[in-house]
Amino acid sequence: MSEPILSARDVVIKFSLRGQTLTAVRGASLDLYEGESVAIVGESGSGKSVFTKSWIGMLDANGWVDSGSILFEGKDLAKFKTEEEWLTIRGKKIAMVFQDPMTALNPLRTIGSQIQETLELHQGLRGQEAKRRTIEILAQVGISEPEMRYRQYPHEFSGGMRQRVVIAIAIACNPRILICDEPTTSLDVTIQAQILELIRKLQKELKVTLVYITHDLGVVANVADRVAVMYAGEIIEYGTVEEIFYDPRHPYTWALLSSLPQLGIKGQPLYSIRGTPPNLFNEIRGDPFAPRNPQALKIDFVKSPPFFQVSPTHYAKTWLLDPRAPKVEPPEIVKAMRAKYERYAV
Amino acid sequence: MMSETCIKTQSTNMNTGVNQGINPAVADGALEAEQKAKKAEVILELKNVRVQFKGKGRKPIVAVNDVSFQVYKGETLGLVGETGSGKTSIGRAIVRINETAAGEILFKGRRINGVIPKELDREVTRKIQMIFQDPMASLNERAKVDYIVSEGLYNIGGFKDEAERRAKVEKALLEVGLLPEFASRFPHEFSGGQRQRIGIARALIMEPEFIIADEPISSLDVSIRAQVLNLLLDLQKKKGLTYLFISHDLSVVRFIADRVAVMYKGRLVELADTEELFHSPLHPYTRALLSAIPVPDPRIEKKKKVLVYDPSCHDYSKDPPRWVEIKKGHFVLANNAEIDQYLAKIDAGGLANEFLWLQ
Repeated sequence: MSEPILSARDVVIKFSLRGQTLTAVRGASLDLYEGESVAIVGESGSGKSVFTKSWIGMLDANGWVDSGSILFEGKDLAKFKTEEEWLTIRGKKIAMVFQDPMTALNPLRTIGSQIQETLELHQGLRGQEAKRRTIEILAQVGISEPEMRYRQYPHEFSGGMRQRVVIAIAIACNPRILICDEPTTSLDVTIQAQILELIRKLQKELKVTLVYITHDLGVVANVADRVAVMYAGEIIEYGTVEEIFYDPRHPYTWALLSSLPQLGIKGQPLYSIRGTPPNLFNEIRGDPFAPRNPQALKIDFVKSPPFFQVSPTHYAKTWLLDPRAPKVEPPEIVKAMRAKYERYAV
Repeated sequence: MMSETCIKTQSTNMNTGVNQGINPAVADGALEAEQKAKKAEVILELKNVRVQFKGKGRKPIVAVNDVSFQVYKGETLGLVGETGSGKTSIGRAIVRINETAAGEILFKGRRINGVIPKELDREVTRKIQMIFQDPMASLNERAKVDYIVSEGLYNIGGFKDEAERRAKVEKALLEVGLLPEFASRFPHEFSGGQRQRIGIARALIMEPEFIIADEPISSLDVSIRAQVLNLLLDLQKKKGLTYLFISHDLSVVRFIADRVAVMYKGRLVELADTEELFHSPLHPYTRALLSAIPVPDPRIEKKKKVLVYDPSCHDYSKDPPRWVEIKKGHFVLANNAEIDQYLAKIDAGGLANEFLWLQ
């Protein structure tokens, strides 16, 4: 495999809140390769947003990267301190699309000027040239009549259209990495499908590396080549999208898949994960998912598992993969997915 | 085939051979629902209901337009549609928060919209309860759980003495899986899932027969959603509750609802038994909506075609649409020309295999 374009190693991110320290990301590592699309899945509070925000220096003021490294183009982003340093990366090399298009745009300025601003700042385009390029980008993200739309304000756009504008701003400078943080959560399903299609199309056209953050496994199946599952600030399993859906190994991934209503059987209770995620103010001992895992082993409560290799692309952080571990069968729904896969393998 | 021209296919490399996974439990579920519908009495009925709001100019904004449907006792009716389609307005019209501009809402045969006698109003307040979407916003931050849960009782004088009220609060909390001790705490001490349980307890304490659940799980985390869904199903079984389940998430609706009604821009466009709707959707909007559901299976999801609904495909200038029962239990909004097409489709043995990925 080629060299990763971004390599995050053992990243620990902490926040100070009312005199207490919260560890939001607890040693997460991830490599990104040119042109691929990686989905980071997890519930709220799993640290998926915080982890990626640390790559562009957008942690809240009370948060900091405590240890670890984020290598990108020969620089360690974890060591960046000043805004000047970040401006060479953020928006230019790594861009981000946020969840809520209603709040991401400035309501007092026209759509055109908000896109043009990025071009002027990062690419030094001026006047008519910048305008022409802006209109081109609007057309590229699927906005009809771009000349007319250029002069309009955000309130004249629907939610889906606004998200297209936000995406336009993000891709304006041809970034190498595009991070999409739940860009479709506030949209209707029909619009969501269209935005997903747009993102996939742009990824191919621009050959950008896509990082897609979501809690929706249906969306992951649509958009990702590779998947990383996060829980309580750790990446607990990663692999290709097929490995994660058809051959998951971590009990948390099993639980996530099993609790999907799409895979539930009507008339029977849906599989539900008991309890709630751990409190990140406290130190976590062992496997963070163990207290919620009915099949947890004794060692899960004592010692944090290392990553075990399942295939060259598939790793999971669970003691179940240790050769000494007892054999634990995955739940029925996961087995059914696997069976379905094998039956229709092409 | 007109409804086909309505729909633009965006990608067409669907390989139907791949995804014929059949969910065996589904057929039984549909049968059961059918039997239930045959026996069941109508608990709530909407007849040509219209809800409108004052617009900025002279024209009122019509949120719900000419909507009619029945809800059977003990069933779950799912109500789906996009943001602004009027699904919440229907729920709020039933609990008398929104006034109706036309039409009738009947609860157990008695009209409950417009001007009604005081005792009926009281009965409606008790028998029809609502569960709201955002448990972070729908609980009074300054009140203790004890008060939040019993507020409805205070309003209708639903208890004899303090001891009875306390007993009722305790029972309601236990029923939703919370500890009675929680009564003395404030909402901010609870997680999202627990808060939604408090919201459910506050509805249950009124001993309702009909519950309107307005997106009750959309703001919850994936791992908590299943807990709350199971709780709702469990309560329905134990108490014979009837649900109107409002949601934009079709996969959840498919799991929980016996029948599904689809709304578009204030009108119902289709209503049928859940499995019937998912297997043979007729209205182009329903079809577009179903095609957009993300499927948690990468091989299927990456190949599926997404349909786009274009309302201009209907030619309603000369031949206006009406709400017809095109097949027993299957209603659709269509004009004469479309009815003929839909009937032809049904006669041809339902629909093609285009929605196989949902099975």
